[in-house]
Amino acid sequence: MAFREYKIGTRMFGIALGGSMMITLYMPSLSIYSVGVTETGLVKGLSYGHNSGFSYEDPFLQGKGKPLTVTVKKDPVTGDDIDPVSAYVYKAGTPFPSAIRNPNILGKAVQALSAEDGQVGEAVESDGAVFLVSRGDYEGETFPYIENVTATRKWTADAVLTAAADTDKHHVGSGKTMFIREGCWWCHTLLPEQTQDWQYFGLPPRLGDFNGEAPTAFGSDRKAPDLLHVGSRNSSKEWMMMHFFNPRLVQPHSIMPRFDYLWGEVDANDNDIDFDQWRTDYKEYAAGNSIYPPVVPNYAPNSEIRYLMDFVLSLK
Amino acid sequence: MFKYLFAKNEDIPAGSAAVFFGFSSIIWFIIGTGLGSFNAAKLAFPDFVTGSYMFAFGHMRQVHVMAVIFGWISMAFAMAFMYITPALGNTKLWSEKLGVWTCFNWNAGLSVALCLMWAGVTSGREYTDFPWPIDLIILFAVLLPLGINVWMTIVHRKTQGIYTTNWFFGSAVFMLMIVVLVGNLPEYFSLTGLTEAYLTWWHAHNILGLWITPVAAAIAYYTVPKITGNPLYSHRIGHLHFWSVVVFYSTPGAHHLMSSPLPEWLKSFASVEGVLILVPAIAFVSNLLLTMTGKWHYFVDNIEIRFTISGVMLAIPLNMQGGFQQTRAINWYVHGTGWIVAHAHLALLGFSTFLEAAAVYYGLQTILRRKLYSLALANFHFWFLLIGFATYWISITIAGLIQGAAKIYEVPYIDVVIAEHPYMIARWVGGTMVFTGNVVWLYNMWMTARAGTPVPVGRLPHEIAYER
Repeated sequence: MAFREYKIGTRMFGIALGGSMMITLYMPSLSIYSVGVTETGLVKGLSYGHNSGFSYEDPFLQGKGKPLTVTVKKDPVTGDDIDPVSAYVYKAGTPFPSAIRNPNILGKAVQALSAEDGQVGEAVESDGAVFLVSRGDYEGETFPYIENVTATRKWTADAVLTAAADTDKHHVGSGKTMFIREGCWWCHTLLPEQTQDWQYFGLPPRLGDFNGEAPTAFGSDRKAPDLLHVGSRNSSKEWMMMHFFNPRLVQPHSIMPRFDYLWGEVDANDNDIDFDQWRTDYKEYAAGNSIYPPVVPNYAPNSEIRYLMDFVLSLK
Repeated sequence: MFKYLFAKNEDIPAGSAAVFFGFSSIIWFIIGTGLGSFNAAKLAFPDFVTGSYMFAFGHMRQVHVMAVIFGWISMAFAMAFMYITPALGNTKLWSEKLGVWTCFNWNAGLSVALCLMWAGVTSGREYTDFPWPIDLIILFAVLLPLGINVWMTIVHRKTQGIYTTNWFFGSAVFMLMIVVLVGNLPEYFSLTGLTEAYLTWWHAHNILGLWITPVAAAIAYYTVPKITGNPLYSHRIGHLHFWSVVVFYSTPGAHHLMSSPLPEWLKSFASVEGVLILVPAIAFVSNLLLTMTGKWHYFVDNIEIRFTISGVMLAIPLNMQGGFQQTRAINWYVHGTGWIVAHAHLALLGFSTFLEAAAVYYGLQTILRRKLYSLALANFHFWFLLIGFATYWISITIAGLIQGAAKIYEVPYIDVVIAEHPYMIARWVGGTMVFTGNVVWLYNMWMTARAGTPVPVGRLPHEIAYER
């Protein structure tokens, strides 16, 4: 390496690559860092939990260590009826989301409101906590912020879960993990495009819609409809159930795989699901030998398909 | 292979690491294309194999991608490093033993990583799907030893200058390490939101731009002059190629997210830099094609040159697409459609695979000192690869244009699925042809090692290709 040219070359290489890293890493990070979170971003961050991909708490992506989204209709402390609100319930030990761990990703206003009015600093992971998305004023403007209702209203995670019916508990966080693990995002994008899609798939996401979400799983190869607003287009649980079990039941031309295996071993009544019999019956139906398709079994309350459906229906 | 892991470095025959890498890469190519063919069948016939997560499309798609990128392409690169770097420095590989260990770590690590990913253990980030502990293992147990071997071989060279190929080899393995390290930052530190999305695509772009494209090109810089006997047309153009790769190719990561809410300046900047990728592309293609001057008969009668020059020629449509499809005017139409999938296969299965196949063909013959077992089977491999790839590329490009039209005219999505069906079948046929060709290739190379005619001392295999 004694050549003088190579010394110059090595330095030039460092400058060239360093300059490129400066422009493509450092400068964008400044731009993105200054983005304030939107209400959508807060809801996503709080309902998905810490990380939907591989993590220590959930190395095999089974949906462990994720919060529940609970529709609260009665005040869990007083028992009075209230206007329904979505509460994000972190049981004791559930990892807090990035919005709580690193509140500086929220932007100045939301961070300040969450700290002062929302008391998020008092939330302790090992005790669990319940969060709401509330609205408050900061320097004359209204912003959404995170309210730690365990501190402000004494709603503990256990109290909220005891007071709520099972149908009001949504496993949105675990469902996002299913969405990642099952590779839904290889075909369904979560990114209506800015240049079209407005009429068909709805509003493209805004700049602050993702703060706190990881992985974002936008998807790159759209072989199927965009799902960012699917819950607004179709909120029928029955349709979703049939579609997940065998998409050809509701859409004969669909190329979506069957996700019947997410039902697990048993149905809602704890009876074994006879998949072989179902397939035999379905083949009869598909061949035109029977008029009705076999009935899709109701899923068990702790089945993976419930998680996934709760997530998909949460995409409003 | 195992006996060499604990042998003394001097006792390991020169070229062992390259041979192990060569055969590993062919086997991974068969696995990768087999999975690709299986996946394509599921897109055409969704009830093909069903009822278990093991054979669900969403569990297998990324295994196909990672098997071909880090199994086939990158191991073929490693093979090229192991024999071309020392050959161009007129020396031996710095440590044959380290090379054998790298090969062992790589195969073992990739097998574990792909099995985990198949079971669903993923980071959920495209092209960096492996969870971060595995990425770190790849970085320190595979890429670092690979880099050390290449750099030390270059340092200990017995030539005065460093040839173009070795600039690319030495710098690309370094840049790959930086890309893997930085691209996984969101996973180490739980970065979220747009930062995570942007870094995912920064990593994906730079894997292509700073690893696959330059190393594949560098292989052609070796094989074409070596086999034709013509000197490289211009080292100046080689300089231009090298520096424009470093400066232009490392910057347009954001053009993968043109329709996302990233900062507008970043998208515009990436788009302009993306067009500038044509600078290294044109430099590379023109340099190589001009090197062929007067020796074009090799394109017909030499299998390695036919593979190499086909790859170089496929770089022309590749870069024409790549340069312009990411501008806002065109990205609007093709983003997220099969057009992009076809483009990715043009880059990896067209351009780069053809260059690497030439390196593996040539390397195994020269190291083993054996003539190719069967030229007919090699021709079969070439044509099955080319026709299979062309079938795939053309059908998915058409399918992508249908998707693009349906996207902007807001056609109900199911009508797109129905319209694409014939092209999905064609894609499966094309992919299966590539897979079949590769099985034949493995047989041919295995028989070359076992029963190929020995190449006499002082001769090169391609010189005696048509002698009995």
